[in-house]
Amino acid sequence: MAKTHVTTTINGEPTEFLCEPHQTLLDVLRDELGLTGSKEGCSSGDCGACTVTVDDRIVCSCLMLAAEAEGHSIGTIEGMAQGEKLHPLQQHFLQEGALQCGFCTPGLLVAAKSLLDNHPNPTETEARYWLAGNLCRCTGYDKVIKAVMGAAAELRGETPSQARA
Amino acid sequence: MNHVSDPKKLKVVGTRPIRPDGADKVTGRASFGADMSLPGMLTGAIKRSPHAHARILSIDTSKAEALPGVKAVVTAKDFPEIASEEAFVGEGPMNFRDLSRNCMARDKVLYEGHAVAAVAATSTAIAAQAAALIEVEYEVLPHVIDVEEAMADGAPLLHDDVFTAGVSPKPEKPSNVAKRVEFILGDVDAAMKTAEVIVEGRYTTKPVHQAYIEPHACVASVSGDGQAQVWCSSQGQFMVRAYCAKLLGMELSDIRVMPAEIGGGFGGKTLVYLEPLALALSRKSGRPVRMVMSREDVFRATGPTSGGVVEIKLGATRDGRIVAAECLLKFQAGAFPGSPVQPAAMTAFACYDLENVKVVGFDVVSNRPKVAAYRAPGAPISAFGVESAVDDLARALNMDPIALREKNAAKDGTKAAYGPTLKDIGFVETLEAAKNHPNMQVKLGPNQGRGVACGFWFNIGGESSGAVHVNEDGTVVVVSGNPDIGGSRASMAMMAAEVLGIPVERVRPIVGDTASIGYSFLTGGSRVTFATGMAVSQAAEKVVEQLKARAAALWDISAEAVEWCDGTAYPAGPNAGEFEPLPLAEIASKSGRTGGPITAEVSVNAQGAGPGYATHVCDVEVDRETGHVTILRYTAVQDVGRAIHPTYVEGQIQGGVTQGVGWALNEEYIYNAKGLLENPGFLDYRVPVASDLPMIDAVMIEVPNPRHPFGAKGVGEVPIVPPMAAVANAIRDAIGVRMHDLPMSPPKIRAALDAGELPMAAE
Amino acid sequence: MDGLRYVAPATVDEAVAALAGATGTAKLLSGGTDLLVQLRSGRVRPDLIVDTKRIPGLIGIKEENGGFVIGAATSGAILDEHEALKQAWPGVVEGMELIGSTQVQGRASLVGNLCNASPAADSVPALIAARATCVIAGSKGQREAPVETIAVGPGKTSLARDEMIIAFKLPKRPAHAADAYLRFIPRTEMDIAVVGAAVNVTLDGNGVCTDAMVVLGAVAPTAVIVPDAAKALIGSKLDDAALEKLDAAARAACKPIDDKRGTIEYRTKVAGVLARRAAAIAFKRAGER
Repeated sequence: MAKTHVTTTINGEPTEFLCEPHQTLLDVLRDELGLTGSKEGCSSGDCGACTVTVDDRIVCSCLMLAAEAEGHSIGTIEGMAQGEKLHPLQQHFLQEGALQCGFCTPGLLVAAKSLLDNHPNPTETEARYWLAGNLCRCTGYDKVIKAVMGAAAELRGETPSQARA
Repeated sequence: MNHVSDPKKLKVVGTRPIRPDGADKVTGRASFGADMSLPGMLTGAIKRSPHAHARILSIDTSKAEALPGVKAVVTAKDFPEIASEEAFVGEGPMNFRDLSRNCMARDKVLYEGHAVAAVAATSTAIAAQAAALIEVEYEVLPHVIDVEEAMADGAPLLHDDVFTAGVSPKPEKPSNVAKRVEFILGDVDAAMKTAEVIVEGRYTTKPVHQAYIEPHACVASVSGDGQAQVWCSSQGQFMVRAYCAKLLGMELSDIRVMPAEIGGGFGGKTLVYLEPLALALSRKSGRPVRMVMSREDVFRATGPTSGGVVEIKLGATRDGRIVAAECLLKFQAGAFPGSPVQPAAMTAFACYDLENVKVVGFDVVSNRPKVAAYRAPGAPISAFGVESAVDDLARALNMDPIALREKNAAKDGTKAAYGPTLKDIGFVETLEAAKNHPNMQVKLGPNQGRGVACGFWFNIGGESSGAVHVNEDGTVVVVSGNPDIGGSRASMAMMAAEVLGIPVERVRPIVGDTASIGYSFLTGGSRVTFATGMAVSQAAEKVVEQLKARAAALWDISAEAVEWCDGTAYPAGPNAGEFEPLPLAEIASKSGRTGGPITAEVSVNAQGAGPGYATHVCDVEVDRETGHVTILRYTAVQDVGRAIHPTYVEGQIQGGVTQGVGWALNEEYIYNAKGLLENPGFLDYRVPVASDLPMIDAVMIEVPNPRHPFGAKGVGEVPIVPPMAAVANAIRDAIGVRMHDLPMSPPKIRAALDAGELPMAAE
Repeated sequence: MDGLRYVAPATVDEAVAALAGATGTAKLLSGGTDLLVQLRSGRVRPDLIVDTKRIPGLIGIKEENGGFVIGAATSGAILDEHEALKQAWPGVVEGMELIGSTQVQGRASLVGNLCNASPAADSVPALIAARATCVIAGSKGQREAPVETIAVGPGKTSLARDEMIIAFKLPKRPAHAADAYLRFIPRTEMDIAVVGAAVNVTLDGNGVCTDAMVVLGAVAPTAVIVPDAAKALIGSKLDDAALEKLDAAARAACKPIDDKRGTIEYRTKVAGVLARRAAAIAFKRAGER
């Protein structure tokens, strides 16, 4: 089976890889590129644990062939923090206790960042519907939504940064 | 030792520090079972039964073995046959013969998805191809899934060597009814005759799955000398070691199990499925083998809980005293015996102080996957029936639902139907707090209703080990042997920090592998904060004793004359004030001079776990035309003993409530006429999504358990017990319809409304 | 999946040639949110995947002759950001927007939803009610066909092996016209429709309905146009009598099945409920336009 050569950008870094036609973007991220932050929960686009951005839109990476990434810009959880500096969403998740087992957390964070990038002032209901594609079995979503709303307020400049000195 | 003379003086316990594994989890660095990679690693795949019940006539693996890239194939003949006499080892309830046959079918397949063979190959695609090339000849047999059908005469028989236990005389014919249990107090028949009001109900539930988002995953690597390493996400690395050793005929010291981070378990990862197969494949191929389940396989072939039938009869006098309570339970066990009917029976009436109780339960096998534990196993099912009936009783008596429960509430000194006399319990406090919560004052509109329900769970203690090592710079490492599902790692660090008197940031907790820490029973039963916390606290106490002795040595005084306070040694008694206090870091830096490393490990078999109680209040709105139920408001009040880390305790409550809501409204296993699962995926197995729920008010009541150093009680399981009845009672209040059958999905609610179904009559 | 090939042609002609020249099964790939699930589960085993997204014009929305031309592979997310489209056809857009999660919206397309031909497809009833047409390219050239002629049964379309839909056309809107789409699902998101109802109405200056189309989804092998339901609306201001007739007509048109998502009885009842509710929304919107 001939492999396809793909040139793309991942978290701002120019990246090339070889992939077989049937491999999904998730397969390649995890198995070829060592980016295991995106998780496989269902392989059918129903759980959101594999959420990444493609040209700044969130998608399920399990629903995209790796070959489709050619020429596009991919964003994963690994690109969310700037070195040691966590994104306010990551900081608020930690502060609020918005994670328990942490498996759904990367997908949720990528999806939540997309929410706030596009809608800086969401209502609780808007946040819940935006994130409906990210299943969490541990938290009951309560602290997740609180963290998202808290980070939104901080990003709007309404509250001081939660970052530890 | 009790460390809480005055809760206000606690410096760490009760605060909300950031969890120590948090940064890795929010950046994607944390390593879960499927994230592990080893050089030369193969991928494993499993061949599974397409039939619900069949005899295996032959298995031909030759084509698979011949496929280039395939390095090993295993079937039941690669695993030792475990005789029934060896089935149980130690004190655990696990039947190893059944576990072995569940991991790899022998002679018969007992459910769709039952594993019959496994392969390891150089790529996922080749492994899948190889599995497809394995040819299995089956003789398809009639199957049975519904619990009452499985109990009936003439039902297809799953095992010819299962005879109903717990009945006398011992039956001569094998049966699908594996066991009968009963719990009796007083004389229910006589007492029922004195009742002035009687309420009855028959309730049914469907199988539901724990539905953790992380599928089972492991990597196994066996060396040429037979020593093995396993990386897996599980609820107990020692359990994995023990079960694999037994299933493979290996010695415990030859298997080292490294706990990966675990992406949810809720009881479903308290046993093994992949690990024995991966080990066998690794042993045969000489290479590491990774195995990861697909979501479909998780639904088809792991351990969804029982579906069952619950029949309740309550008798009361007009003043609201329940004088007699009866419960009949029939639970599916799945392919092998072992449903949670016993804990369901034990917990059924545990919220109430009753003199006359009779609970009878049946454990029944049927052709669906073997049941595994699911968060307070069995209790949510019996509670659904009991709390719905109590609600009907309140209506029949024209009493407020909380007032009725207060009148009959279990208190300190109540003798529970399952045996013990209860003490240091906080049930009444939860009723009180629920009654007085502002949410109770919210006025309800049309088609809206409010339901109350209560719940109980024993919580367990058991064997745990904890080690505390002081580093040369005065920072501390705490090692324990329990996978961290809900934040227990943070709690371990906090308890150690509290005992040592140092900031929690200077304490690093790790979860050790089976070779690095003493034995710990698995993470489950809401036991880790209690039992492992006890071991860690005691180890920290021993370290404090050593620190005092080292200070004494440095001061050349007697160790009895040293006090420890806020992480510092002070000379006391006759030497008070004579020497500069020595902080922990300084003593640590001089430890070489005073006798060597400062460290302690403690193993306990923790007794005296405190049971947990909850009172939940749920508000719903029902769309009468579609039957759609919206949860408007949810208040969960729980006695938590002492909240070591309040955020994580709230999280456990909110998570358990959400699983209960899903169980109440939409989750169920749907089987077709051939016994095949129609909804093995998250599309049609409908767990709650973020937009389905409001904020969940978690209210923590603290009635400390004096048998834990900080008063902690287990918290993780109680919250899933009340929600199904809370939702059902709210629906009853909203639209006047009593729903008896879970899930209370829209078509069923619409049908009940159309049928004008009235609540079960009260006499 | 030996021998699976993936191509991403740069023009319509190249894509059509790839389809025509395929020796085995060829599958078109737009958003991939159905195809990849089916690939993974083994439900489809194509020999060739033809990715349409590099073809100019297949992604994007143009206003033309007062109406709209929507590139077939345009994602739901892009549709939801087009204010003029949402103003003219709120029902068409909301039908598409209900599909799956935000993540699915980032990829899923009208053509994919239509050609996957699930009886429960959410974007189809409103498109049919809008009297939308498809622009179809094939070896013999291009043709146009009404949307309702495409899906012929569950998983089956009327397209030839060498044909692909390249665009959807929505007609010009008169004044006081609006549409609405509602679906019933057991949760609040993430479910396949148990029933879907689309209503498209035009009112006169007095609020009286002069034209209507009512289309139901998930109650028959393909979406169902309900002429009697439209008749119930025309000439009315959506009074109780009209609503009753609408409800009855919707129920009478149902030919649903019992499956894991709903029973015949339930789907039929809810079809009537949704038709009424969607009509109310459409009338209100039309009154505001």
